Amino acid sequence: MLDADFFHRWMTATAASVEREAERLTALDSAIGDADHGINLQRGFRAVKAALEKEAPDTPGAVLVLSGRQLISTVGGASGPLYGTLLRRTGKALGTAAKVSEAELAEALRAGVDAVMALGGAAPGDKTMVDALVPAVDTLGDGFAAARAAAEEGAVATIPLQARKGRASYLGERSIGHQDPGAASSALLVACLEEAAAAAEG
Amino acid sequence: MNADKLVGIVLVSHSAEVATSVAELARALAGGATVVPLAPAGGTEGGGFGTSAELISAAAATVDRGAGVAVLTDLGSAVLTVKALLAEGDELPDGTRLVDAPFVEGAVAAVVTASTGADLDAVAAAAAEAYAYRKV
Repeated sequence: MLDADFFHRWMTATAASVEREAERLTALDSAIGDADHGINLQRGFRAVKAALEKEAPDTPGAVLVLSGRQLISTVGGASGPLYGTLLRRTGKALGTAAKVSEAELAEALRAGVDAVMALGGAAPGDKTMVDALVPAVDTLGDGFAAARAAAEEGAVATIPLQARKGRASYLGERSIGHQDPGAASSALLVACLEEAAAAAEG
Repeated sequence: MNADKLVGIVLVSHSAEVATSVAELARALAGGATVVPLAPAGGTEGGGFGTSAELISAAAATVDRGAGVAVLTDLGSAVLTVKALLAEGDELPDGTRLVDAPFVEGAVAAVVTASTGADLDAVAAAAAEAYAYRKV
């Protein structure tokens, strides 16, 4: 079972991962976006980390709802409302339970991803974060390592796609050949589930 | 319609200058409709390009007179941020609506209509109708 500490570790690990990878995310975004994805997410997850240190919510759902709120209010770009909605909706789906199973997390994350698709109007294949998140959610039943691999594969698989959402869609065929930065950051988020779980065992 | 209860209007742009200028333009073209509660929410809190949830919430609170608030946006993250704030439930005044309209033309139509004391449905409809105006 996964407790509030696990979700706190997940968010903290994601914040650290975004710090490490901020330059790569911004480089990806400079190819087909407006070159601020890394710095925007960095600002958002720094706020998440600070808020969790200050409040330390005691349920998994509350950790994610608080984190999502921080992202919506601090990021400044489209990734704020999108990641904010992902975490908030997942957190709300988890309810007020003190501990949740991996299966319950998988189900809640599915609701979060559905909310992201509704908000942004994106479907798999549009070259967005959805292309990493959907395979991850589909695979989560096989464990965190499988979800991580699926998200990473999904992110790499955005390279040959033509963007149909967001600023990159204005580029048309010129968006082909570049990895989607949102899919890349989503793969980091999913990878940190495994990291949070490993920290509990270690 | 009580003139004290006019529909409020918030203009959300990635740029503070664009939001402020469109607000000034809309007021001027509406015959200096100074009575309409109108607030720009442009750029980030730090003065950069982007969207600020805090600025949007603050602007909406400023223009709320109890008759609803029409929010017009420019692109991408402005649209997504307003939608996310509406989904939060308690971040924007009751009766706040994201209006599907072109930014400049919609703002002018919304301010003119709001200045007549029209309700939120009428303001939203007038702004949306601006899409139908072909230039060529």
